[in-house]
Amino acid sequence: MDFNDTPEEAAFRAEARAWLEANAEPLAPGEQPAGLEGRFDPDMVRKAQEWQRKKADAGWACITWPKEYGGRGATPIQAVIWSQEEARFKTPPNIFAIGQGMLGPTIMVHGTEEQKRRYLPPMLRGDEIWCQLFSEPAAGSDLAGLRTTAVRDGDDWIINGQKIWTTGAQYSKWGMIVTRTDPNAEKHRGITYFIVDMQSPGIEIRPIKQMNGMSSFNEVFFTDVRVPDKNRVGDVNDGWRCALTTLMNERHAIGAGSGGPEFRDLFRLARTMSWNGKPALQDAGVRQRLADFYVRAKGLQYTSYRVQTALSRGQTPGPESSIGKLVGAPLRQNMAAFALELEGAAAMVLDRAAPEDALWQLAYLGSPGLRLAGGTDEILRNIIAERVLGLPPEIRVDKGIPFKDVPTGPRL
Amino acid sequence: MNFDFSDDQKLLRENVRSFLAKEAPLTLCRQVLETDSSYSASLWQAVAGQGWLGTAIPESYGGAGFGRLELAVIAEELGRVLAPVPFGPTVYLAAEALLVAGTEEQKQQYLPELGRGGLIATLAHSEGPGESGERLPKTSMRSGKLTGEKTPVADGNIADLALVTAKSGREVGLAIVDLRQPGVTRVPLQSLDPSRSVATLRFERVPATWLGGQPCGWNTIHHIFDRAAVLFAFEQLGGAQRAFEITREYTLNRYAFGRPIGSFQALKHRLADWYVELELTRSNCYYGAWALSNEAPELAVAACGARVSATNTFELASKEMIQMHGGMGFTWEHDAHLFYRRARYLAAILGPAPVWRERLIACLEAREAASS
Ligand SMILES: Cc1cc2nc3c(=O)[nH]c(=O)nc-3n(C[C@H](O)[C@H](O)[C@H](O)COP(=O)(O)OP(=O)(O)OC[C@H]3O[C@@H](n4cnc5c(N)ncnc54)[C@H](O)[C@@H]3O)c2cc1C
Repeated sequence: MDFNDTPEEAAFRAEARAWLEANAEPLAPGEQPAGLEGRFDPDMVRKAQEWQRKKADAGWACITWPKEYGGRGATPIQAVIWSQEEARFKTPPNIFAIGQGMLGPTIMVHGTEEQKRRYLPPMLRGDEIWCQLFSEPAAGSDLAGLRTTAVRDGDDWIINGQKIWTTGAQYSKWGMIVTRTDPNAEKHRGITYFIVDMQSPGIEIRPIKQMNGMSSFNEVFFTDVRVPDKNRVGDVNDGWRCALTTLMNERHAIGAGSGGPEFRDLFRLARTMSWNGKPALQDAGVRQRLADFYVRAKGLQYTSYRVQTALSRGQTPGPESSIGKLVGAPLRQNMAAFALELEGAAAMVLDRAAPEDALWQLAYLGSPGLRLAGGTDEILRNIIAERVLGLPPEIRVDKGIPFKDVPTGPRL
Repeated sequence: MNFDFSDDQKLLRENVRSFLAKEAPLTLCRQVLETDSSYSASLWQAVAGQGWLGTAIPESYGGAGFGRLELAVIAEELGRVLAPVPFGPTVYLAAEALLVAGTEEQKQQYLPELGRGGLIATLAHSEGPGESGERLPKTSMRSGKLTGEKTPVADGNIADLALVTAKSGREVGLAIVDLRQPGVTRVPLQSLDPSRSVATLRFERVPATWLGGQPCGWNTIHHIFDRAAVLFAFEQLGGAQRAFEITREYTLNRYAFGRPIGSFQALKHRLADWYVELELTRSNCYYGAWALSNEAPELAVAACGARVSATNTFELASKEMIQMHGGMGFTWEHDAHLFYRRARYLAAILGPAPVWRERLIACLEAREAASS
């Protein structure tokens, strides 16, 4: 058991740090890295792309990817070291995570050689941004209940239907979409997975305003959109298998964290915020609550180290990686609520006049989304219960029935 | 970075587990609980025979000379079986205290005996209900004689040796006392967990010596508690894990409404949350073990984290175990109450969770002050 870098790891860290110091500005003490909660204006996208290209040119983009697609075949531990180092610098938010963290790995496993060569290098460089067209108004947690159809027409497929909550659709070049190709088959059996050009005729993107006032996700409407068969990933009607690969990687990618305030920011707030003329940190009740937050936050961090240790020994990420998101998202929400309690009446303010530039107000308004995106708390508990603990699966009333006969609620 | 036990340590775990499966079934814990005995002498002999008491004692003092990681592995396994033996007070508290703060002479005098199982030892701190914090104990040392009362003392009625927090003027230290001397009165008390015993100890001018030759002060006492906290946390983790395994099994075999109860989401989701708590606690314990075995400056913070986490989780585990077993879980015959009792006993033995939360924040404050 050793928490310190091995000599090779230390050398790698030094190399990463040296490059970052030469190419980026360090964060000031207490300064936050730009989170994904920011608005997706074209200027931000451009800056993010510039930074991504710079990293790619120097060999610091998607470092765990194989060399042939632009990575450096780095180990999971090296990836941790790199992200620890990068987090100390002022960098634009990572708007490439959906592509690089979820869709890229799916193409690597299920894509053709041609697809890998065509799509992976520009994805790595950030030249082409990707979005995930999975959720539909009637198919969220029950993703396989999707209704968007794809019908074969010669060498093409024709897609009709609606996707929803699609993050980044407004600036994406490509989308990964799951569609229904056989409504007479059982729910999971008639699904096919495609790569779709987001500039295709027949695609309409409408931003949705989120509860935090931002618009990072969208509705996407498909009317007779043509997709060539060579953009199909995996076999016809076998798309569920590919979707599962994406979802596994999603939990892993999201679990790794998404910026925003952490325990040390909460601790700093408790030291500076005045309660009855004394720092809040001197209050016994505050100290008790803080200690529990600390123990959870650290438990999570050390659990991820254990997962990295297992990965570095060649084990694949299992359903255990659901822990990160299941613990991290509510923790963020609860810490934000507690921080706002510490701020007293000032918690009402959401502009820069608020303590710490409304850091915790933004986290308070953003964190509910973390508990939904990429699988809700409840779905993650089902996954852990069934796949890790071997408890009986949910009773399936839609089993063995053709999809078209599956009962549904009123159509939204 | 490598955040796991080594292959050798995992092999040790397997050996310890299979040995204890034979020597310490839960029926043994129940036997001690249901009779007048304060511990299982036969298991104590067996544990001593395996050399586990001397795991972390250097070979120069007759021990096996392994590290604290090996001791943590053993602690977790003893926790799993709710071992009814005075291992923790003897090894994590007394032997560790001697190792970190004893004089050379004291180490030579006591460590070989402790490692062989020839002496049962304990640490006596509490002087009645509530927490004393850093208030000076009433028990005092004057010209090498100890006077006062400590209650409750874990294993106070069976221990041969005690380290006793005591004052001398305004100073505090740990007095080493042989409990087999005249002037020591023991009053056995009924224990919340009768598989582990408690007693009141009274000292009437009993000859004693200071650990380390002089009053060691609060810092050393805290350090000794921190070290023990990491090891006790592994016991707590082991107990919580075993309670979980037994309960998971039960929810798969008990049927209601035509289904295994483990298929109901109300239980499934709680089992998932319980599993998550176990994993977080395991991680905090590992960090504590790393800090302990490396004498890292982070030890105090790591120990608090492991202690708070493990205390919370063992409590959760023992409560959920009863609830998910239904009426069966509330019977004397079922093992659930053994876990429920042990969880509370271990939570009290080094001071309850609020004390450790407070210490954790105090450590973080000190760290912050040092860095700015
Ligand atoms: C910020 C954000 C970004 C997103 N980005 C994307 C994206 O880029 N691409 C994309 O495809 N999707 C995206 N999503 C969609 C996200 O994956 C879904 O919102 C999520 O899977 C939940 O589906 P739903 O919204 O339809 O809720 P529902 O599935 O209708 O769930 C409603 C409630 O029922 C509970 N529930 C449902 N089924 C069960 C069950 N079996 N057991 C117990 N409880 C259950 C849920 O936990 C929830 O509490 C995003 C969502 C958010 C909030």
